[in-house]
Amino acid sequence: MTIGVLAVQGDVREHLRTLAHLGVAGHLVLRPEHLVGLDGIILPGGESTAMWRLMTRAGLASPLRESLVAGLPAFGTCAGIILLSREITNWPETFFGVLDIAVERNATGRQVDSFEGSVAANGLGEVPAVFIRAPLVRRMGPQVEVLALLGDAPVLVREGNVLAASFHPELTGDARVHELFVQICEKGER
Amino acid sequence: MDKGTYRVKTGFAEMFKGGVIMDVTTADQACIAEEAGAVAVMALERVPADIRAQGGVARMADPVRIKEIQAAVSIPVMAKARIGHFAEARILEALGVDFVDESEVLTPADPFYHIDKWAFKIPFVCGCRDLGEAARRIAEGAAMIRTKGEAGTGNVIEAVRHMRLLNDQIRRLTGMSKAELVTYGKEIGAPAEVLELIQAEGRLPVVNFAAGGIATPADAALMRLLGCDGVFVGSGIFKSADPEKRAQAIVMACTHYDDPKVLAEVSAGLGEAMPGIPIETIPDQELMQHR
Repeated sequence: MTIGVLAVQGDVREHLRTLAHLGVAGHLVLRPEHLVGLDGIILPGGESTAMWRLMTRAGLASPLRESLVAGLPAFGTCAGIILLSREITNWPETFFGVLDIAVERNATGRQVDSFEGSVAANGLGEVPAVFIRAPLVRRMGPQVEVLALLGDAPVLVREGNVLAASFHPELTGDARVHELFVQICEKGER
Repeated sequence: MDKGTYRVKTGFAEMFKGGVIMDVTTADQACIAEEAGAVAVMALERVPADIRAQGGVARMADPVRIKEIQAAVSIPVMAKARIGHFAEARILEALGVDFVDESEVLTPADPFYHIDKWAFKIPFVCGCRDLGEAARRIAEGAAMIRTKGEAGTGNVIEAVRHMRLLNDQIRRLTGMSKAELVTYGKEIGAPAEVLELIQAEGRLPVVNFAAGGIATPADAALMRLLGCDGVFVGSGIFKSADPEKRAQAIVMACTHYDDPKVLAEVSAGLGEAMPGIPIETIPDQELMQHR
């Protein structure tokens, strides 16, 4: 099992630590050649605009998009869900656009309104969740499955091989959401 | 759901890792920083080089200035409060600033104490020159640390000095027995509880950026190679000949710090860097790092 973690910027270390907890070695993805042989990729938390600019300038955005379109399993947290989504309601760009949802950036407000708690996730039980200037899903396509809600807003969603969270499971020490992603990668529905 | 917990504060800082936080004084500069790939901007009235040149008392920025910058960008907006000035910090919290820098670049307000940062819902970043200072700030509730360097000089030597000192002290700490740790804590003025955390992890328990004198992509790469998680660039960008190009180059260098080919590419043709100041020409009482 070879899972990459996009490492241009963000909380890469926390994802690597969570993968290690599951006995999976994470591989840093900084350049196009790092995409070779991956069974899945994690797009971590960070600043989506900064990550996108860095990927574009390193020639990584196009080959990674091709891999995602070809079915490479992907798991995005916070900035990661923004990078994966088809539409951003309050931003002029879209990034990879492989997940049929519309997200609102910084939907939970500024840092003073960031919070932690837990959400009930389908099949996983109550998982701890840290929401930081979090994006929220505002619309989604029929193929998208909601795995957890915060009020009315989906915060953990899945469409085929793509898993995405508004929150940061990697900050909590609980590896259940990552475990689900590892299972998706193992099935390898590519 | 709980707001403003320590995990929410330190977790936010984790998101900056590998990134560049840029000082900006206008909405236009903030847009340039965002477009260049900054992970946050620091809203300021004057950049450190101008504070140094103009003298006088440097204070928190005008809320009008901060609001303009908040309205202009989607990335987090930080702002500086004077050391110990918890009223300024409360104003910044009320403005919805994402992170407060309790900064030696401004004129200190309290000769005795730093701000009690546990009393706030928003996170704080504080400067340090060594392990003792870092541990004290963490004990006061800082959610992020930055080595101080010497702001506004365009001279990286002090940033390197502080990072080297911190690394050396953490290395020594990891080999110490409990008894040695307590005595060492007394020597460097650091609470033993914080030192225990640092000893267990072999690093600071919060994100650590480098600051103070970073002016080129190579400077950013050097600081990353020495082990910091990212960099603050103050005067280095908007006091240079081509801020847009330099900002992009420093962002690339901060990510690809271990790839000299990328560094060579992004370092080429950036125009004049900010004029630098040799540290030995600055009178001791004008050094910001001693604050």
